[in-house]
Amino acid sequence: MIRVAKRKQPLRYQGAVATFSAVAIALVVGCVIFAALGVNPLTAYTAMGKGVLSSVDAFSEVLVKATPLIFTGLAVATAATMMLWNIGAEGQLVWGGIFAAGTALFLFPGLDGWLLIPLVLAASALGGMVWSLVPALLRAKLRVNEILTTLLLNYVAIIYMEHLFYGPWRDPAGYGFPGTAQIPEAAQLVRFGGTRISIGFPLALLCAVFLYYLLKKSIWGYQVQVIGKEQRAAHYAGFNVTGKILTVMALSGAFAGLAGMTEVCGIHYRLQTGLAVGYGYDGIIVAWLAGLNPLAVPFAAILLGALFVGGEQLQSVLGLPSSISLILEGALLFGLFAGQTLARYTLTFSSRSEVPS
Amino acid sequence: MIEDLTFIAQISIKSSVAVLLATVGGIITERSGVLNLGIEGMMLVGALAGFAAGHFTQSPMVAVAAGTMAGGALSLVHAFFTIALRSNQVLSGLALTILGTGLANFLGRPLIGQTGVRIRQLPIPYLSDIPVIGEVFFNQSPFAYAAYLLVPLAWFVLFRTRTGLVLRAVGEDARSADVAGVNVELTRTLSVFVGGLFAGLAGTYLSLSYTPGWKETMTGGQGWIAIAMIIFCTWNPLLAFFGALLFGGLTALQFFFQATSMDLIPSYVLKMLPYLLTIGVLVLVSASSRHRKSASPADLGVPFYREL
Repeated sequence: MIRVAKRKQPLRYQGAVATFSAVAIALVVGCVIFAALGVNPLTAYTAMGKGVLSSVDAFSEVLVKATPLIFTGLAVATAATMMLWNIGAEGQLVWGGIFAAGTALFLFPGLDGWLLIPLVLAASALGGMVWSLVPALLRAKLRVNEILTTLLLNYVAIIYMEHLFYGPWRDPAGYGFPGTAQIPEAAQLVRFGGTRISIGFPLALLCAVFLYYLLKKSIWGYQVQVIGKEQRAAHYAGFNVTGKILTVMALSGAFAGLAGMTEVCGIHYRLQTGLAVGYGYDGIIVAWLAGLNPLAVPFAAILLGALFVGGEQLQSVLGLPSSISLILEGALLFGLFAGQTLARYTLTFSSRSEVPS
Repeated sequence: MIEDLTFIAQISIKSSVAVLLATVGGIITERSGVLNLGIEGMMLVGALAGFAAGHFTQSPMVAVAAGTMAGGALSLVHAFFTIALRSNQVLSGLALTILGTGLANFLGRPLIGQTGVRIRQLPIPYLSDIPVIGEVFFNQSPFAYAAYLLVPLAWFVLFRTRTGLVLRAVGEDARSADVAGVNVELTRTLSVFVGGLFAGLAGTYLSLSYTPGWKETMTGGQGWIAIAMIIFCTWNPLLAFFGALLFGGLTALQFFFQATSMDLIPSYVLKMLPYLLTIGVLVLVSASSRHRKSASPADLGVPFYREL
């Protein structure tokens, strides 16, 4: 019989305890999986660690993966601060990519970089925003559950993107390869050194700091936090909840849209398959691992990025499918719940159910 | 014309079986007060387990049992975290879908392109000879017949038996049910488990009968559509027939347009329609229930603490 009781005094570093146990539990789950596959867990983890830390090149790939994850993590965290669920970061990312590619390829193909990049940036944020405003309006005006609408719209966005690069936007000189033409050089983000890290990474960090101060220092941020914690109190205080739903979701969608931009303009240089690989869903894990704290989001994103790069290493070194990182991701999230329970409650194990004293 | 319509109707039923089963399972789970957003993940794991068991044993019975049980087993993870540890039900469900997708992708990699057992259409003698109706309803796979039986059975158990009364009481007001001597945790755990079995069976249908084989994207969001359909049919299994048929009908139209290469509607719009329609359905339900009391179980998503 397991008994769960609330701690009289909450643990001091609740968030840290939860995150730490999440990682610990994911590591243990990984051990079990590796052992079940007949792979020495130590060998597997060494391969993952080497893949991530062996060289500057290797670690730079972690930051490359972390860049879109920071944006989608911020997107999920923004909405979750007000207890809204944005499960649609994937679709908003796709629309950010579509707007970015469209702006660079068709709207202003001849512009100089200093003018084109800001335009592409704004366009991608707008793309994500427009897509997130649909579920936001439905939620604000008609109380339609935003979990389902944001999620279902992901499928719609991906189908539309595929239609674009298989159909009207397909590169005529691409030998039938599904994808648009390469975006002009002026729209390609500057990269650091010989790595694939683009200015998208510092931009993501900047957005995290921006969101932190917006939530902590502005009246808007204060109201959003109050609404998230006490909807009824916020209502009595006369806060405009409907308006907040729209602005919060718009900001959330804009962050996700920027993730699409950094992928299209920083990595692929075109719209093609491989844009929607699940970064939107990973954002949920990033946001909650970070305890919804914008400043912690980059760290959680880097942790997840390392997991992905390590997973790819497992594939190339040990021949294990890289989708193992998806399992470990799930384990990370469940580990977080266990950690949260540990931080908030005490578990007592007893052989019989007893009457609580 | 009649032939075309019969064909469309038959494919509609065929395409709605998985959503129907998953919806009914979800209703049972949610009626007890637990929200499980992991249906998509449980369906995928069920599809893989069913396919793998069929591939290795060549036995349809073992395949169906394995797929169904795999869905049930995965649901117990959700039950443990939401009922024993009181974790957030939305997050835990999302995590379950991520975990299930990961498990299915990882374990299923070697099985892509392999052949397993196939459960074919099985016309029911005499009944399938009825013109039109026989062809539409009684020339289906055994999964469809199972659904014909399980859906009314679920309704009967939920609304006409003591078990169902207890289950719904727990979902409406867990505290009172507890005071009345009901074991809330056990009731909820079993409901989650039964929902998992249904989702596993739904997934098994996909990989053994509907599109035989294993593909990583084979559920294609049907688990999420099922969750929307639960709301649409106001947590009543009998109404789930209509919700699932809406989805199946659109899928059938898609096939029909493709088969006859009619260009009335571009194919990408057709592909979007099931998702857009589901959103439309949610909007309609919300708009029409604004001034009425919601049909949702009152304690849905609320963790139960005895000591508070």
